[in-house]
Amino acid sequence: MDILYLLIPLSVVLVFLIGFVFWLALRTGQFDDLEGAGFRILLDDDDPQAKADPPRHKAETEMK
Amino acid sequence: MEIQTTYNYKVLRQFSIMSVVWGIVGMTVGVLIASQLIWPDLTYGIPWLSYGRLRPLHTNAVIFAFGGSALFATSYHVVQRTCQVRLFCDRLAAFTFWGWQAVIVLAAITLPLGYNTSHEYAELEWPIDILITFVWVAYAIVYFGTIFKRKTKHIYVANWFFGAFILTIALLHIVNSAEIPVTFWKSYYVYSGVQDAMVQWWYGHNAVGFFLTAGFLGMMYYYVPKQAQRPIYSYRLSVVHFWALIFTYMWAGPHHLHYTALPDWTQSLGMIFSLILIAPSWGGMINGIMTLSGAWHKLREDPILKFLIVSLSFYGMATFEGPMMSIKTVNALSHYTDWTIGHVHGGALGWVAFMSIGSLYYLIPRLFGENKMYSVRLIALHFWIATLGVVLYISAMWIAGVTQGLMWRAINPDGTLTYSFVESVKATYPFYGIRLLGGILFLAGMFIMAYNVFKTVVGRAPVDAPIPQLVTA
Repeated sequence: MDILYLLIPLSVVLVFLIGFVFWLALRTGQFDDLEGAGFRILLDDDDPQAKADPPRHKAETEMK
Repeated sequence: MEIQTTYNYKVLRQFSIMSVVWGIVGMTVGVLIASQLIWPDLTYGIPWLSYGRLRPLHTNAVIFAFGGSALFATSYHVVQRTCQVRLFCDRLAAFTFWGWQAVIVLAAITLPLGYNTSHEYAELEWPIDILITFVWVAYAIVYFGTIFKRKTKHIYVANWFFGAFILTIALLHIVNSAEIPVTFWKSYYVYSGVQDAMVQWWYGHNAVGFFLTAGFLGMMYYYVPKQAQRPIYSYRLSVVHFWALIFTYMWAGPHHLHYTALPDWTQSLGMIFSLILIAPSWGGMINGIMTLSGAWHKLREDPILKFLIVSLSFYGMATFEGPMMSIKTVNALSHYTDWTIGHVHGGALGWVAFMSIGSLYYLIPRLFGENKMYSVRLIALHFWIATLGVVLYISAMWIAGVTQGLMWRAINPDGTLTYSFVESVKATYPFYGIRLLGGILFLAGMFIMAYNVFKTVVGRAPVDAPIPQLVTA
């Protein structure tokens, strides 16, 4: 099973690599705010008709 | 610099429309080969319409053409909106579109002609493999280039999933495609025998894990909250979900090789890792579904949410069923039977296709300056037809599979086999009919979608959304 000499070290390297990326993300503050990030995608001003009428109104009429 | 005031929606329009087109093509081939299993002489013995050649065409078309185009479209959309910048390098993005379509067309020509490397889900011959490599590198440059020039500090969790999907597929493709060309359309793998099988399923199952799971989880983490207009149930859990999934995925592959020449401990390793995967998978599934917590009424009114949430339920089902089937004693019954086909389609139709369809219904109108599809009722009709199709398909295959498994292993008191193989084929026959019906229903749903998309898009000018001036940091 020579192939395992390739595949297993590859996985081990990957685990360390993933660990490193995780550490990097942690250090650069990616996980500092784990509440706001979820809301922020909703605050994106992406209603196609936003130009026509005020966005807040639009969202309400749409819900009904 | 003027061009930087809008997002690049052109490439999204191209990929999302082609996703619908390839969905129809791939599922039509699926219906054809399902019919061939009922009527073996259906195509009059024409070699390039034979089951063996069309089956890889079906899998490649639905996974890489339909699913792949949907992944390109949604990942490019999500990365732009969440990073609040235009895609990095428009030309390279255009190359990924035309290059990927070229790969698909080449696959559609070479596979029926019988050019096939024999690795499942990677049947394309070496020249196409090289083209795939170029397209994929371009994809990675465009995607990570966009991440690097982002205007937001935080990288939204969906991007992590898409990013892992892109990088892992690159690695899998390179290791799995180590071939030595003999002629222009013939090559041999550098691996052979059980080594080759191990590489094949290391690739095969990780493709399931990263192409068909991580990529579509990226979709889920953006489009479910957007369509529900609520943040993901727990952002914290989504981050845990991501890291847990990618840390533990890599070694599930050997469960495809139970009771073969693969060393026994490797098989057990594959089984254990497969079982571990229940935890992150279910965490993610619960996280997605619970996003609707407190707003379940939306599920009643909104067929797009129905697609997305039912998709998550199928994800939960498939990620429970998969680990169960990877247990050796269960696998002894299920392996080589149609149960596997049922399991795959629960994931492919129920999870992957439903997630793509729901996301495309969200995305396509927005690429043409609208915020909803031409007809919401047609989306609802599509949902019910497709759901009925999946349920018929998978339950027929479950029954057929367990029947086959039990008949194959039945032994008389004197040690001889109770049934001949052909008796199990005969017992399976009616279920192939039900499966075909399920497939036809699912395909019919895709035609409804195509009509709806056509009516939404026709006569409308494409709109590239402006990049909002940064609101909050």
